[in-house]
Amino acid sequence: MNSFLDSIGYNHWILPVLLLLPMAGALVIAALGMSAGQNADSKTPELRRIVLGIFTLEAVLSLGMWWSINVGSAEWQASVAVPWIPAWGIQFSLGVDGIAMMLILLTTLLMPLAVLGGWTSIREKVHSYYALLMVLTTGMLGVFMALDLMLFFVMWELMLVPMYLIIGVWGGQRRLYASLKFFLYTMTGSMLMLVGIIYLGTQAADLAGHPSFAYDQILHNAQLSPVAQLWLFGAFALAFAVKVPMFPFHTWLPDAHVEAPTAGSVILAAIMLKMGTFGFLRYALPLFPSAAMDPTVRTLILTLAVIGIVYGALVALVQPDFKKLVAYSSVSHLGFVMLGIFSVTPQSVQGALMVNLSHGVSTGALFLMIGMIYERRHTRLIADYGGIAKVMPVFATLLTVVCLSSIGVPGTNGFIGEFLVLIGSFRSQPMYSVIAATAVIFAAAYLLWALQRIIYNPLTKPENERLQDLNWREIGLLIPLIAAIVWMGVYPAPVLEKTSAAANRLVTHVQQAGNMAGAGMMGEEIK
Amino acid sequence: MTFDLTIPSQLLAALTPDLILMAGATLLMVLTALRPEGSASQRGIGKLALVVLVATAVAVVAMIMAGNNVGPGVIAVDRFRWTADLIFIGAAIGTVLLSMEYGDKEHIPQAEVHVLVLFATAGMMTLAAARDLMIVFLGIEIMSIAVYVLAGLNRRSAKAAEGALKYFLLGAFATGFLLYGIALTYGATGSTNLSVIGKVIVDHQLQSQSMLLIGVGLLLVGFGFKVAAVPFHMWAPDVYEGAPTPTTAFMASAVKAAAFAVFLRIWLEAFPQMDRAWILPVWWLAAITMLVGNVVALAQRNIKRLLAYSSVVHSGYLLVAVAAGTRLGSAAFLFYLVAYTIATFGAFAVVTTIGTAGERNQDLSDYEGLWSVRPGLAIAMGVCMLALMGFPLFGGVGFFAKWYLLQAALGSPHNLLPLSVILVLTSVIAAGYYLNVVRVMFMKPRPEGAAEIGPIGPLTQGVLAVTVALIIGLGLFPSQLATWTRGSTPMAPNQTAAQATNK
Repeated sequence: MNSFLDSIGYNHWILPVLLLLPMAGALVIAALGMSAGQNADSKTPELRRIVLGIFTLEAVLSLGMWWSINVGSAEWQASVAVPWIPAWGIQFSLGVDGIAMMLILLTTLLMPLAVLGGWTSIREKVHSYYALLMVLTTGMLGVFMALDLMLFFVMWELMLVPMYLIIGVWGGQRRLYASLKFFLYTMTGSMLMLVGIIYLGTQAADLAGHPSFAYDQILHNAQLSPVAQLWLFGAFALAFAVKVPMFPFHTWLPDAHVEAPTAGSVILAAIMLKMGTFGFLRYALPLFPSAAMDPTVRTLILTLAVIGIVYGALVALVQPDFKKLVAYSSVSHLGFVMLGIFSVTPQSVQGALMVNLSHGVSTGALFLMIGMIYERRHTRLIADYGGIAKVMPVFATLLTVVCLSSIGVPGTNGFIGEFLVLIGSFRSQPMYSVIAATAVIFAAAYLLWALQRIIYNPLTKPENERLQDLNWREIGLLIPLIAAIVWMGVYPAPVLEKTSAAANRLVTHVQQAGNMAGAGMMGEEIK
Repeated sequence: MTFDLTIPSQLLAALTPDLILMAGATLLMVLTALRPEGSASQRGIGKLALVVLVATAVAVVAMIMAGNNVGPGVIAVDRFRWTADLIFIGAAIGTVLLSMEYGDKEHIPQAEVHVLVLFATAGMMTLAAARDLMIVFLGIEIMSIAVYVLAGLNRRSAKAAEGALKYFLLGAFATGFLLYGIALTYGATGSTNLSVIGKVIVDHQLQSQSMLLIGVGLLLVGFGFKVAAVPFHMWAPDVYEGAPTPTTAFMASAVKAAAFAVFLRIWLEAFPQMDRAWILPVWWLAAITMLVGNVVALAQRNIKRLLAYSSVVHSGYLLVAVAAGTRLGSAAFLFYLVAYTIATFGAFAVVTTIGTAGERNQDLSDYEGLWSVRPGLAIAMGVCMLALMGFPLFGGVGFFAKWYLLQAALGSPHNLLPLSVILVLTSVIAAGYYLNVVRVMFMKPRPEGAAEIGPIGPLTQGVLAVTVALIIGLGLFPSQLATWTRGSTPMAPNQTAAQATNK
């Protein structure tokens, strides 16, 4: 496989192609929409096929990365750099490591499924919807690929407008409120990061005074005092914490998830939430290690993470709305990721990455399935269902599997990640680890209880008696997700292998730099 | 070549573009008087005005290509001047194009609109060239008097009359401050020439001389009025609302740009050694302008008033570049000016289209559901809003303008980190109203019985297409503009661009 990929120069073109293909697709679709004029919506069936074709092509192209990327190397893989604004020291430079690669694959593989999931639910202004979806994809992939902080920021912001419009135009009842809240929260967080990035760029300037925003340059050249590190860490951490979302910055999430159309919720939960944790791993920790390892900062973040885990689970327990329940469960799961990252042990970071991926798969599947019954029944309230296992046996079986994986039952993907996080964090932070472990029980409670009320219990509502079971399209799109759930749960080694080198390097780097700073400070105290 | 301004022929040569414009404007003024009032004549004069503007632009480009330089004297010959000139000319072309169709729609048949735009532009170009406080005063008067008339041109509208009178009175008031400031500066230093003032201040250690300090303070107040910085902004919303929409676009972009350009040159050439005296006031002016402007803009329901406050806000952002007090600051300033002018023009072109005869339909509610009836207009307006907000890609060049501004502020020797933080935090507030326009257009349904939107004239369409293309195009490839503005900072006499960049 590798020699074949080499022969076509795969690593030289794959990243720009993956990044620009959706953008080009968006332009084509927008042009199609404009040329069709007023009756554009009548062309929906053909359009959907084109969109699915582009996303499938994207997914197939990206698969080669599994073989071609040398995850053990300390160098950036498949890197490409083109000068963009030389006067300001800005490059269009892309590259990946094992962590970014897995998230890129998660994105490219989920997108066709998200499109299939929202196959029939979008009926108005379809061209604009799919064009925005494609721009959004470019933004998400760009965040994972960017090796220049300016480019990273551009991509980070690029995601906002499409998602804002997707929620605001095609969303549910309270879409205006939810979309604005989503936008303002995220933007407030990222604005201070903008100042931070520009400050870093000017600090990393060469002798002639030209600033540079290249990641490596900033990592090695920026001379930052401990105080500056603290402030910069704060600016970056705020942007990422809103996106994760960490307690108490999470309140945009339930609104946005609930109001977004199915594909929007899937993308938000499965991919966009990963931006925050990815940001911590790629930027906040390695660039400002002494701030990240500062005991006060760490205690604060770990405490918030654990609060998020328990609070998210408890709030999920009492939600009458199934979509909101899943949204709060995301707060809880992402808390695990943060706990793993800030425990800074190889296992906990690996576990955090695993939770990232498995949350993407399971929660993505959950939102897709909620979309499926919502289209049939037009309600998301748990109380409106009950006993639908009788009329929708396939749906009931698949939902049970997905819920079990979200709970983290051994044998599913959810278990591996949470288990690694818990043992990894127990070594360095036993207290937090023990509290977090209780949330696993809550997770079982809220999901199993919801499952019972939706698909078991007696079938009392006449509206539910005539529900159609899943059709082939729906089953077909869930099968890859179920397969991933089982595969990652039973044989996670290949996935862990891909991320282990990057995770180990990160932990060593942060601990060394953090210790050095700590030793330096202590040395001063002794004097 | 290096112009020696003591030789009259060389002084004239250094003023070639300005002279072309003035001569053209005078000629057209005579022509308008000779022809009967009416739509045909208005359009004809408009076309001739465009020819004059393009000829002036060609002359400016020729001057840039020649790479001329200048000795000490009353005017500057540097790329800062030429770049600013091109911005003014671009805005003037846009105004004439919009006015030609607007005049028909609103039944304002006076062809003088175009002549007045030309005169105002001539005044601006004088300002960009001025290296002597007397020339500054001259330029301000040429520009302002033309714009006072422009603001009140729609004589049937009470709002326009109110706005024009307000503008005139406060403008005269501001000029008074300026003149008094010039007089005191002259009294303290014995010269009105910018470089001489700068030299005298250093030679005689006048940094804390009280007469000079008061003079500088008065100059600051005068310019504060002209650029509508808080707390000297009160006239802006009323004037912007009352004036004919193309004129509003002209005021919000070119007039403001001209005032800022000369503001920056005076600060950098005459008072670089007095930075301790003026940085702090400019700092506070910028901070208060950003805060107040943004918060008040949130409450606006009339789109022209909203854009008026938005222009106040952008004055605040531009003041940050002034406060940087460096060459990088003035490069960022020019870059920002280009982006801001384009975006403002695009927005006002949409407003001109949506407004029906009698300047009605200018409420935000008239934009509800615009996307479903006129998707092109809604997208153009959305792009302009996001550009003014400083958003990447969708807002194109607006983002890079903000980026450059922040880069200049953070690279400044004065501690502008707090100001940068204020800038970004207030731009979150700005999202509240810019995004609201987007929300109203895209997410609300078109109300029953909403006013029909007339056909978009080909000229307005052209302005819209060019602005949106520029916003997006420069947003993808800002490199050329960045390099250009970097080499276009105000320069002391006898200094070449290469020397300046090395500094």
